[in-house]
Amino acid sequence: MKLHEYYSKKIFQEYGIPIPSGELAQTPAEAKKIAKKIAGPVVIKSQVLVGGRGKAGGIKVAQTPQEAYQYAEEILGLTIKGLPVRKVLVDQAADIKSEIYLGITNDRAARRPVIMASAAGGVDIEEVAHKTPEKIIKYHIDPLMGLQSYQSRDLAAGIDLPREHWRAFGDIASSLWDAYIGSDATLAEINPLVITGGGKLLAVDGKMVLDDNALFRHPDLEKLRDLDVDQEAEIRAREHGLSFIKLDGNIGCMVNGAGLAMTTMDIIKLFGGEPANFLDIGGGASAEKVAAALEIILSDSNVEAVLFNIFGGITRCDLVAKGILEALVRVKTDVPMVVRLVGTNAAEGRQLLKDANMETADTLAEAAKMAVAAAKAYQKS
Amino acid sequence: MSILVNQNTRLLVQGITGQEGLFHTEKMVAYGTKVVAGVTPGKGGEWVLNGKIAVFDSVKLAKDATGANTSVIFVPARFAADAMFEAADAGMDLIVCITEGVPASDMMRVRSYLDQKDVRLVGPNCPGLLTPGEAKVGIIPGNIAIPGKIGVVSRSGTLTYEVLYALKNLGLGVSTCVGIGGDPVNGTNFIDTLEMFQEDPDTDKIVLIGEIGGTDEEQAAEYISENVTKPVAAFIAGRTAPPGKRMGHAGAIVQGGTGLAEDKITALENAGVKVAQHPEEIPTLL
Repeated sequence: MKLHEYYSKKIFQEYGIPIPSGELAQTPAEAKKIAKKIAGPVVIKSQVLVGGRGKAGGIKVAQTPQEAYQYAEEILGLTIKGLPVRKVLVDQAADIKSEIYLGITNDRAARRPVIMASAAGGVDIEEVAHKTPEKIIKYHIDPLMGLQSYQSRDLAAGIDLPREHWRAFGDIASSLWDAYIGSDATLAEINPLVITGGGKLLAVDGKMVLDDNALFRHPDLEKLRDLDVDQEAEIRAREHGLSFIKLDGNIGCMVNGAGLAMTTMDIIKLFGGEPANFLDIGGGASAEKVAAALEIILSDSNVEAVLFNIFGGITRCDLVAKGILEALVRVKTDVPMVVRLVGTNAAEGRQLLKDANMETADTLAEAAKMAVAAAKAYQKS
Repeated sequence: MSILVNQNTRLLVQGITGQEGLFHTEKMVAYGTKVVAGVTPGKGGEWVLNGKIAVFDSVKLAKDATGANTSVIFVPARFAADAMFEAADAGMDLIVCITEGVPASDMMRVRSYLDQKDVRLVGPNCPGLLTPGEAKVGIIPGNIAIPGKIGVVSRSGTLTYEVLYALKNLGLGVSTCVGIGGDPVNGTNFIDTLEMFQEDPDTDKIVLIGEIGGTDEEQAAEYISENVTKPVAAFIAGRTAPPGKRMGHAGAIVQGGTGLAEDKITALENAGVKVAQHPEEIPTLL
């Protein structure tokens, strides 16, 4: 789960990292009031969970409260990469002498966290990593030991940070590590970390991504989930305990298990169709779950056929078949359905569906071909 | 012969009195696995399955009383790291963690600790292991595989069952099936398993089932080209997965240009591995 800049920085501040003074505004009038209080130039920053806000006109410097009003009005009317701007952060403008990068993330291949610093701050770090990897200094951190002071010093020296800033830099790195661990983040990034004209270090922009698996430890943070970034169907699916991702095709699919769900999408494509979604209904597909899933799939008007692919291991296929039939009583549709049931009690399940005049398939390849054909026939009718 | 689990496996179940733990214990016992003990803190002294299996308060007590050498974990995600630390400290040889949803930070601490000890971890977020005809440790349905000489290693659950079932339908048997799990930070990986299959005299051929996310398949490909002489067939799920979206499994995500199915397929093919277009094609490639 991604956190907005303002909240990431709020967490950084709680852990002792210096940030510019600023407040959140939802209206131009609020922005003006905050600017008046700050009494100096301010930066108006759109709070949306995408990169490239500046290029899209979502970040502007205002010299006066009146200008703050005007820019806030402009930015609050923007939609950036499909996301509406609902809030702006009004920050005191920093006196920037130079900009550096500091971030911590999970290095999957190394199976431990990695801390990274670069003298090339303020730009897209992935681009730096790609084009000039030598400009990024990295250290892996043993999660049982935590970040050590010498590692922070080595990072500072590695990016040629003037010695007078080493101590402040070390304190910030150490606080960032605490924030990263304390919030169960998978990314905690300060970009840029600014050295001001007055010789202070200041986290001007911040980004945090939290581990969805660890949100049970942070109920306060889970409440901050920005639902704008998710499709409405994905939000509804989450409420029903389903894992759903909308795609652009016309064949809906309902599968038990994530790997098999991806495979079902792939095989639809392989036989000339386009999957409309990823959907994992998990184990023990009850009628309620199947019905909820079917409603979500059919709420997409592009869907012209639905493919059920259920491998009954622990799950019993006859119960799944009953679930599908019950769901179809609740969800009225003329969209063709193809069902493939394999494994425990599959024969009984298939018979139930045949009795209800539903198309059934034995193999996955056969099921995919049938679904692709059914979608084509539905288009014509 | 087989790898990791067999007739000599003396299994204890952590979380045996929970709904999942109890359900799958019954299935494992019915398959013939030697389940010797259960652990649920606070329920020591109780018995489950009509007095067949004793419950202990700790892994250490269970091990001392029964000689258990392998633990399978069914506890909720928030207690999983503690369960793995406990099993490792009690001296288990093999720990299999079925639990899904373990925080990545917990897993990194577990890995860092377990790497210093002489213990093997499989999982978490995995279906476990099956050595057909000998032992089932985890949740892989016993009736979808027959004994044979094909080693199967997979990051997925039901997709693995699909492959086992396709093999069985053609009369092809399996030495051991290892579900390594779909989390970004886990225990045993593809390379560890490939090494064991390569050394196992009763495994002739290997099936590798991967998916998008991370670079484990690419590393496995490199290992195969240098170290594996047995024929390997593979399938990679997620060719059609959009970037930036987590496809169910915590580890199944294409990020910053890495983790793409195409890259994994190319790497495997360059290592001489036959890669199937869909899972039912795998048996024909062996």
